[in-house]
Amino acid sequence: MSPDLECKNLTRRFGDTLAVDNVSFSVPRGSFFSILGPSGCGKTTIMRMIAGFLEPSSGDILIRGKSVVDTPPNKRPVNMVFQHLALFPMMNVADNIGYGLRRAGVAKPEIARKVEEALDRIGLPGIGSRKVNELSGGQKQRVAIARCMVLEPDVLLLDEPLGALDLKLRERLKVELKSLQAAFDTTFVYITHDQSEALVMSDRIAVMNEGRFEQVGSGQDLYYRPDTAFVAGFVGDTNRWSGRIERVSGDEMEMRTDSGMLMRGATHGRSLSEGDRADVFVRPEAIRIAHSAEELAHFDNRITGKVESILFNGAASRILVQDSSASGEIEVNLPQSGEFSGLSRGCEVQIGWSGAQGNCFAAGDA
Amino acid sequence: MRAEAKLGLILLLTPLLLWLSLLILIPHVDMFLVSLRERIGVGEYRISFANYLTFINEPLYLRTFIRTAVMSTLATMITLLIAFPVSYYIAKIARGRVQSALFLLCLVPFWVSELVRTFGWMILLRETGLISNLLQWAGLVDGPVEMLYNDAAIMVGLVYTSMLFMVVPLVTTLESLPDEVIEAGYDLGGGGGAVMREIVIPHAAPGIVSGCIVVFMLSLGNYLTPIMLGGKDSLWFTELIYSQFIVRFNWELGAAFGFLLLGLSSAIVWGMLKLTGQSLEKTMG
Repeated sequence: MSPDLECKNLTRRFGDTLAVDNVSFSVPRGSFFSILGPSGCGKTTIMRMIAGFLEPSSGDILIRGKSVVDTPPNKRPVNMVFQHLALFPMMNVADNIGYGLRRAGVAKPEIARKVEEALDRIGLPGIGSRKVNELSGGQKQRVAIARCMVLEPDVLLLDEPLGALDLKLRERLKVELKSLQAAFDTTFVYITHDQSEALVMSDRIAVMNEGRFEQVGSGQDLYYRPDTAFVAGFVGDTNRWSGRIERVSGDEMEMRTDSGMLMRGATHGRSLSEGDRADVFVRPEAIRIAHSAEELAHFDNRITGKVESILFNGAASRILVQDSSASGEIEVNLPQSGEFSGLSRGCEVQIGWSGAQGNCFAAGDA
Repeated sequence: MRAEAKLGLILLLTPLLLWLSLLILIPHVDMFLVSLRERIGVGEYRISFANYLTFINEPLYLRTFIRTAVMSTLATMITLLIAFPVSYYIAKIARGRVQSALFLLCLVPFWVSELVRTFGWMILLRETGLISNLLQWAGLVDGPVEMLYNDAAIMVGLVYTSMLFMVVPLVTTLESLPDEVIEAGYDLGGGGGAVMREIVIPHAAPGIVSGCIVVFMLSLGNYLTPIMLGGKDSLWFTELIYSQFIVRFNWELGAAFGFLLLGLSSAIVWGMLKLTGQSLEKTMG
């Protein structure tokens, strides 16, 4: 079975700037694929090329094995949910959903039936005669998806459709989108700059930077085994130290940070050698906190520091630790046990982490 | 309301109220009273509908009246047909400096007076004019061609004069339509025609209607263009009003004509709003 969507060596130039640089990927049938990247990384350009609003400078786009590069947007078997949803304000909800069916020349009673069905599916039966501007943000969102889904596209493109909503609604719609995708059993391609949206919803995520894909993989892959320093820094929160490598043996390495601290990390198979400049990334939750140094004896990185500030955020509370050699602040997750709830600013704490948790990358590529 | 605020409101409203009552309300009331007077002797008048009866019984007046209405409607439609693609290009296709340059180009002709602009058309269209000479030079015609003093010349002049008043509201409404919505129209399977019919035109409807109202009223009340380009063969209702007031000193009949024209334009504007389902607040606000 050919994948629903396949891009081969897709490139797009705007004048001298290379917006999309030789990107290749394929999206298997019925999966949720996200492209995650900072704004201006070229993800919208990819999306617009797939939808047909931009022509690729070179490369090919295949949908179910057929090239669509020469197909105009209104003939492509892909539909798009726009960033601001782009519902037609001059039509009511039913006419919005029925628009594509009318264009396809479907008979009127059939359109009415399909629109009803779509409204049922998105859990909003009976709102067909309402005006678009009478809907709430979440309802508009669902209508925009229904409007595409009645056409039964091979691929549904979503261009940051949650970006304009408030946090609470966004959290709810993330879950809803995922279940809608399962209900419709259609391939979703979702672009976003919000890593939590991508991590929560996607089967596979591509992290994009400066026109190229840095890494394609599951959320867990990106989070726990980043391929590049950019991915390590972009997906999830992390502490970062720069320095020079002093010793490499197998997968382990030792780096002297610019502030003079010696730290162990893991290369995870990347080729690094002595004397190279490197960056080590450590996740805040990988760092343990203790009252006495003995508790951390089994860790190969240990620091004594002072609590600089407490960032209380419920279950995701953190502290900022200023280490004694003053090499900057380190973010550390507070354990949920409440064991350290008595910490206050200025307290002395011991922190430590195992060398395997320190992801090391050659400096300069991020 | 506090005393100062009240005083402020009165002071701010005074110029407007003076304007409305002195220049619009009082003249119209007086004009209406004049139109209801019938002269029965030197300095002797009585109230009657005689002036309005004259209008109905004299075929020239009635025909000119209907002609003016039909021609103005036609001019409005032609203006809309030409202005819509122009506005669409300015609002949705042109970008950045080109956009403002094009908009400015629409405005430039209005820096000279209407008289000069109309005279420009005369230079082009008259027997010894530019187009006539050009056709002769190209060998397409044998003798000089007179293109002035007919209905087509009036139409050209009216459309030209009204263009800006159609382009401005159209550009404004079309600009307020997000590109995303148009793209969505294509994305969901619509061709150019369907997107235009179902999305662009319904969105632009308030602009279209307000442009049409302004252009229609300007055409209906235009005096200079029909006189200069239409000559004797193409009468315009405003010419009749002028001649009653100024040439024949028959203020009574002139006033009646004035009121008929006012009634006509109000009726057609009202009909246009009803027909398109728009309201005056929506199109003018």
